[in-house]
Amino acid sequence: MNARTVQGQKNLQSINQASRDGVGGSSLRPDGNLKVRGEFAYSSDLWHEDMLWGTALRSPHPRANIRSVDVSEALGLPGVYAVLTHEDIPGSKYYGLEIQDQPALAIDRIRYQGEAIALVAADHPETARRAARRIKVEYEVLTPIVTEEQCLAPETYGYVHEPHEYKARAHGNICHEQRLVSGRGVTDEVRALADVIVSGDYEVGMQDQAFLGPESGLAVPAEDGGIDLYVATQWLHVDRRQMAPVLGLPEERIRLTLAGVGGAFGGREDLSMQIHACLLAQRTGRPVKIVYSRDESFFGHVHRHPARMRYEHGATRDGKLVFADCRIVLDGGAYASSSPAVVGNAASLGHGPYVIPNVRMHALALYSNNPSCGAMRGFGAVQAAFGYESQMDRLAAELGMDPVELRQLNAVRQGDRMPTGQEIDAPAPVAELLRRAKEMPLPPPLDTERPDQRRLPGALSNTSHGEGIVRGVGYSVGIKNVGFSEGFDDYSTARVRLEAIGGEPVAVVHTAAAEVGQGGVTVHAQIARTELGVEQVTIHPADTGVGSAGSTSASRQTYMTGGAVKVAAEAVRRELLDRGRRRYGWAHDDLALAGGEVVSARAGVLAPIVDLLADGAVERTREYRHRPTQPFDRETGQGFGHVQYSFCANRAVVDVDVELGLVKVVELSAVQDVGKALNPLSVVGQIQGGCTQALGLAVMEEIIVRDGEVRNASFTDYLIPTILDTPPIPVELLELPDPHAPYGLRGVGEAPTVSATPAIVAAIRDATGLALNRIPVRPEHLTTEQPH
Amino acid sequence: MKVTFTANGRPVEADDVWEGESLLYVLRERVGLPGSKNACEQGECGSCTVYLDGVPVCACLVAAGQVQDREVRTVEGLSPQDGELGLVQQAFVDAGAVQCGFCTPGLLVQTDALLAADPRPSDDDIREALAGNLCRCTGYEKIMDAVRLASARACAGTEAGS
Amino acid sequence: MEFLRPATWDEALAAKAGHPTALPISGGTDVMVELNFDVRRPSAVLDLNRVTELATWSEEGGVVRLGAAVPYARIIAELSGPLPGLALAARTVGSPQIRNRGSVGGNLGAASPAGDAHPALLAAGRDVFVEAASVRGTRLIPIDDFYTGVKRNCLEADELIRAVRVPVADGPQQFSKIGTRNAMVIAVCAFGFALHPRSRTVGTGIGSAAPTPRRAVEAEEYLRGVLAERGLWESGGPLGAEVVRRFGELVKGAAAPIDDVRGTADYRRHALAVLARRTLTWTWNDYGKQIGSAA
Repeated sequence: MNARTVQGQKNLQSINQASRDGVGGSSLRPDGNLKVRGEFAYSSDLWHEDMLWGTALRSPHPRANIRSVDVSEALGLPGVYAVLTHEDIPGSKYYGLEIQDQPALAIDRIRYQGEAIALVAADHPETARRAARRIKVEYEVLTPIVTEEQCLAPETYGYVHEPHEYKARAHGNICHEQRLVSGRGVTDEVRALADVIVSGDYEVGMQDQAFLGPESGLAVPAEDGGIDLYVATQWLHVDRRQMAPVLGLPEERIRLTLAGVGGAFGGREDLSMQIHACLLAQRTGRPVKIVYSRDESFFGHVHRHPARMRYEHGATRDGKLVFADCRIVLDGGAYASSSPAVVGNAASLGHGPYVIPNVRMHALALYSNNPSCGAMRGFGAVQAAFGYESQMDRLAAELGMDPVELRQLNAVRQGDRMPTGQEIDAPAPVAELLRRAKEMPLPPPLDTERPDQRRLPGALSNTSHGEGIVRGVGYSVGIKNVGFSEGFDDYSTARVRLEAIGGEPVAVVHTAAAEVGQGGVTVHAQIARTELGVEQVTIHPADTGVGSAGSTSASRQTYMTGGAVKVAAEAVRRELLDRGRRRYGWAHDDLALAGGEVVSARAGVLAPIVDLLADGAVERTREYRHRPTQPFDRETGQGFGHVQYSFCANRAVVDVDVELGLVKVVELSAVQDVGKALNPLSVVGQIQGGCTQALGLAVMEEIIVRDGEVRNASFTDYLIPTILDTPPIPVELLELPDPHAPYGLRGVGEAPTVSATPAIVAAIRDATGLALNRIPVRPEHLTTEQPH
Repeated sequence: MKVTFTANGRPVEADDVWEGESLLYVLRERVGLPGSKNACEQGECGSCTVYLDGVPVCACLVAAGQVQDREVRTVEGLSPQDGELGLVQQAFVDAGAVQCGFCTPGLLVQTDALLAADPRPSDDDIREALAGNLCRCTGYEKIMDAVRLASARACAGTEAGS
Repeated sequence: MEFLRPATWDEALAAKAGHPTALPISGGTDVMVELNFDVRRPSAVLDLNRVTELATWSEEGGVVRLGAAVPYARIIAELSGPLPGLALAARTVGSPQIRNRGSVGGNLGAASPAGDAHPALLAAGRDVFVEAASVRGTRLIPIDDFYTGVKRNCLEADELIRAVRVPVADGPQQFSKIGTRNAMVIAVCAFGFALHPRSRTVGTGIGSAAPTPRRAVEAEEYLRGVLAERGLWESGGPLGAEVVRRFGELVKGAAAPIDDVRGTADYRRHALAVLARRTLTWTWNDYGKQIGSAA
């Protein structure tokens, strides 16, 4: 299948750069012009002659046995080309990122509300919907297993996955668990060492990635019996690896091309419509497009794990931490997705960026009949940060200490060991980040005499003209790992080609890295420019025509694919210079490429690069791996598990209408060590965006689930921050290079999402004096909770 | 049914339109203008904002049949004929206001309408005017920068011209 | 599904008479959501966009006749003087794009208890009328009789809303709405309040806290009594904290809210009391200033 027949194809061909900075400059996005013209082809924009529309019939029940499925009436509808159930799947019926426990279409059981049962392909989306309504499913509805207590008593309440079909490592309804003990653990003797002990039970609601571009894609049957899929995803190769066994095709006959991605934030790590569209295309022999509606999107991807956490911290009277005892229970929902890795993060990062001599931790993810949970920006570190940062504030209050000073006193530094035993062997300026956050100028106080209505809590809803409003300030700091941890063979691949076009040297960068908005394409071009000394860089579409780039997640893509582009470009440079040495006999040991020329530091310009390309282009493909990590010991949690740590500190200033419980975040500052800002404009944009998602979790975002049923699967009732909810976000960057990382960079995307939520909640506590042990904080929490 | 209207100054015609279809669907799937985006289809995100007879509206909430004989202008119609970017478009690129870009088409139309009505909006005015356009990537800071930049450039251009 | 496109009001009424199950659509801000999300599949959709008089308003004899399809944006821009409460409510509706399309006629047609216009219409007094028309003629429905249940109103199957008639404000009016976000939010609860110095009455309207929009009748009566007994209409003197508090409690008592995803019943009651106290205080302060400047 030729991409030219796909309408809206411009970004499916190569894109050129918009501006020409190298590493460290604020180069503009190469895809920016297409995006502002409305010409950038997102996965939902694709069109193909003769294409059909696919849709799925989903279960209204969270737990049920399927007695029968009758598709005959749906098949008889004019305009319907195929109706499929699990019986039509040519290969394996199960898939999954870490554990293959999820059926591509429900077989005999429903494990969560919204589970797909059957697929329809029709000539119009409305026809497909009508047909889906005519599929008759007979259910035996069962009581869903939804609470922690129910999950942990399977003999009484039942199994989400029966023991005989168990695919997970753990037992009962526990999908995965990780324990950790460091120092002397937490015993009565250790407790006795503490002058002050504080404890708390904390709860985090289920957050949604709420990317704006719905799950979508176009599957086109190919002449070789294979399939071409144009799709929005975070990792092309892992999609293909999961798809191939189900479609009954060898991987090489499934070719994926990245279509425009309308945001991801973890929600596209798992498969959504990929297999479904391909099954329909295989059956009908026609291109099939699937585009989720917003409500289907809420059922079509995993969410952030809701958590229940118990924390206990002990400290000496002068504020030194003595021990931490933590239990983190994550609701993984019906299928495993990336729950095991989320548990690993929660367990290994759940104490925060603090030196704590004695630690005991137990983190686990449950199987339940709630919606499946998996990756979302911050990945296990977000939930824990709300727990440990709430504890730091509570401890500071108990000790009568300044909360920032308490944090600084216990902050990790380079050379310290994490509770996993892993030494922090790169800069860890936690105390410094906090110092800077505190020293940033505060916003002016609220003008209560003549306030602009739009700046008040409630804004134009006109709930206050200044009455009842109290300002609060809160601080926090967080820690996140960068890259895939726990011994995962994490690598990326880049193919870099240097050729002469129209007398100019042009670099072509080809990777499979998913550009999801973060600006990977911008920095990959900058790296090529810096390493090859050329202005013109072309970014080839991301596809499976080159090796895996790994996932656009875990803040890893600039590190990993950026690293791959760097080593591939270096290989190209070496070959180019070797050509020069061979041709011209250069003996210089100080050669570099700059400004389109080969330059010697001492002898000056030796030759234009294009001269060396006269014999043909130079192309190199390289894989890049970060340093290896180890799995954590199951019982002790010890191990060199993480590649790199990333830290961000925040200060939040809020105005709270304490009578109505309405909150307006006035300012949310962020200070982050980014190692090296390859593109400062993009880095700041990542931090501001990350802070805003954290703001959403702090005060509004939650998928509300009752008895396994989602109650707010729409943007009317799942609220994300508007521009009137989002304050100025001043950002200060530190650039302390990590010696292990390309250019010294540090992954930036997630740390602010980890740290900003607790700062906002701390500020609300400061304004109200309430305990606020649950997020998101809702108005009724602020008006009914008793001060602590 | 058949619907004919003007899109970005050109007459367009869509055949076999289902009566329940939205203007957004017709633009995206029938007349080759997929620039307006389909993020929520319930008027909560603003990604599909287009001008309808000069007024910004959510195309997802306009029934296709309602645009018969009317004028629609989409993000694709914001660029001048010479192939350059429009002022607001250029400001969004320059300010780093585009990440995934899915919200961008709607924001561009809404910003264009804001600056047409008020060339020098205050920050509070900008926030009020753009409150119906959700962005999940940027945290809005660079969008604020882009609107300020577009306003400054437009005003500088007007002053220079006058 | 049919798509009916009458060019005139008479054609629209004829179409509705011929297709009593047709769903009228104007701004589309409610109807299209239901069509897009497969919630509703009416036999026909009746487009009112071409009936231009629906998007006009006029003022005569101290009454604004507001065409059913005048968008909220124009109510804010053109009617903040005569209908201040409704204009404040209009400013809280959805987003600017929604306010460019949505209209009071749509709010009335949908009759959702969360419709933002309802509390302001109720507060505007008992002389607010919905002008409903059919091929059989026109009737004026008092706003108090209009809402009959959750998302139900008293329109007959062949009737369309032509306009709403609202007396020009003769005193300060306010509208406040609670949402869990600072823009573009459906009301958790809302409250409209108006002083009517000419008739020596006050008006209230509660939104999103009962099966229908409703008036806090006892609160109105209590305040009317207090204002009359103490000569406060004449003096514009302070109400006193107890009166304000009691008014808030009576408004709270008039609500019959439920727990749902947007908020709890208890919170809604609590918030209504606060909103009632605040809006009463604001309007009374404004009234005091008017009396003062008139004296």
